[in-house]
Amino acid sequence: MYYIAKRLAFYVLAAFVAITVNFFLPRLTPGDPASTIVATYSTSLNAESLAALKAAYGLTDEPLLQQYLTYLGNVLRGDFGRSLSNFPAPVMAVIGAGFGWSILLGLTSVLLSFVLGSVLGAIAAWRRGGWFDKLTPPVLLFLGSFPYFFLALLLFYVFCFKLGWFPMGNAYSSVNPPALNLAGVGDILMHLIAPAFTIVLVSLGPWTLNMRNAMIGVLSEDYLTLAEAKGLQPRRVLLSHAVRTALLPNITALGAAVGAVFSGQLLTEIVFTYPGLGYSLMRAVSAVDYPLMQALFLIITLSVLAANFFVDTLYVLLDPRVRTGGEA
Amino acid sequence: MSLSETFGAKARRQLLGSIPVTVGLVILGALVAASVLAQVIAPYNPKRATGGINEPPSLAHLFGTTGQGQDVLSQFLYGGQNTLWVAFSIAVLTTLLALVVALTAAYFRGWVDDVLTLVTNVFLVIPGLPLVVVLAAFLPPGPLTMIMVLTITGWAFGARLFRSQALSLREREFIAAAEDVGESRWRIVAIELLPNMGSVVAAYFVNQVIFAITAQASLEFLGLGDGGQITWGSMLFWAQNSSALIRGAWWTFVVPGMAIALTAFSLALINNAVDEIGNPRLRADRLLRRAGVRKPSATLMTPVKRDA
Repeated sequence: MYYIAKRLAFYVLAAFVAITVNFFLPRLTPGDPASTIVATYSTSLNAESLAALKAAYGLTDEPLLQQYLTYLGNVLRGDFGRSLSNFPAPVMAVIGAGFGWSILLGLTSVLLSFVLGSVLGAIAAWRRGGWFDKLTPPVLLFLGSFPYFFLALLLFYVFCFKLGWFPMGNAYSSVNPPALNLAGVGDILMHLIAPAFTIVLVSLGPWTLNMRNAMIGVLSEDYLTLAEAKGLQPRRVLLSHAVRTALLPNITALGAAVGAVFSGQLLTEIVFTYPGLGYSLMRAVSAVDYPLMQALFLIITLSVLAANFFVDTLYVLLDPRVRTGGEA
Repeated sequence: MSLSETFGAKARRQLLGSIPVTVGLVILGALVAASVLAQVIAPYNPKRATGGINEPPSLAHLFGTTGQGQDVLSQFLYGGQNTLWVAFSIAVLTTLLALVVALTAAYFRGWVDDVLTLVTNVFLVIPGLPLVVVLAAFLPPGPLTMIMVLTITGWAFGARLFRSQALSLREREFIAAAEDVGESRWRIVAIELLPNMGSVVAAYFVNQVIFAITAQASLEFLGLGDGGQITWGSMLFWAQNSSALIRGAWWTFVVPGMAIALTAFSLALINNAVDEIGNPRLRADRLLRRAGVRKPSATLMTPVKRDA
């Protein structure tokens, strides 16, 4: 429990840092972007919203500390102000719409690539020196060199545009999200496959290579010699003795990967016009909608922190050494 | 610290002789040479419309033309120049910053180490792209902003890597010997620790070039670059913005995208091979085979003999 409490304290600190950076960024960057923003919108907003915008960017007479405390209170209540490009919708409403889709796409692709990569890595280590082991690393290395959005462009062009196997963007065919019956779920799945496939392909490499190298390390341990010497079948030795141990470093990496994969996912969503957070982020950038951009930064960061904490907890359940208080 | 000193002559021969490294060096060399010589070999002015809109590759325009009628080949060459020097600067700066943080932590130890490690871990856990987007959005677009923003967000993993390397080196006898002789702590860090981290630093640096190229292209693709400057990322941005995909103009995004992917791939090939040679466990297999030892079973490395 001590370990979990320590991790939790760390994530709370990280969240606090992110929130603070978010507060000071528009106030401290050179060139006074806050005034520019307010000036840009001074003609299109009414007096009340303009005052709110000024308050949000510190263009008031309040002392900095007072502003900071107000801001912290707002963040805790989930109030991130109003979106400038979808005025007067609150930022949280814009984000809320995309959040579910991003979670769906993110979870699907991270889990798929983790499972697939670990299996491929285990097979490569098992048949070490075979054709599979020789071929897999360079192919995955090559795919992993693709920026997410470039592979997304390629797959979109080939599978959605040329071949027409998958729909050209969005997360569902109708105007509104479909009902969760068989047809509706099928529709959502059809829209999910192409972007998820993109993310899986790019992120597969590290899982596979890490698993392979961890397996090779584990395979030379004495306890495996013992397991084989006492007459267990090789399959049994591999599955219940080697793979279980070799999986641990991959699970540690899972936490770190969530952040990186999520960054890539944002760009993939843009290419496939998938209505998640990445798509909102692009619209925020092109419309210079700072409140939306900043809220997205915070929401994504907090989600990634939560995912990391979840992986840490999972790790405690899987590795007895951590449970008894040793260092992870 | 060069590769040869790190690995010795034998490993160097192995390194240069291996196929992946040769392939990596050839691809990288060709891309760098083409970019450096852009002024000499580019057939057109990359910013001018020199052909029709979205013309497919032809003899006049080897890589076709963009949605604005510019020559894609010339853009690719000039874009490489702008992309590579920025990526290289970011890699140098993040590596230096990571080294400074790690060695400071290793030198001062105690609470300085604790604080620096905490800062490093916070930077590691905050997702990169959204932070970079917010930072870049508040600063004027351009290469300097790009370098600054990606340096601030890109150093943390290196600091953790170098610190753990420095800590494990510190336990070795030669450091204890240097301490006994009475060498100052700075001297130990600079003369004893640093040179022995050469291979790790080199591998990290190569990875950072990959990181910088991809991150830079991502930001530009989002529209946070300097739109007037030609880079591989901005080429992709314009391709996406002029709906090249649904007009079938695949050459406008395949050329810059493949340029990025091939650069990253060639660097990854080199890095992976260096890792394989530096890691004795991965190498043991090949040595065993060369020595004529047949493994008793294809599956397990244990010395247990089975009846076939």
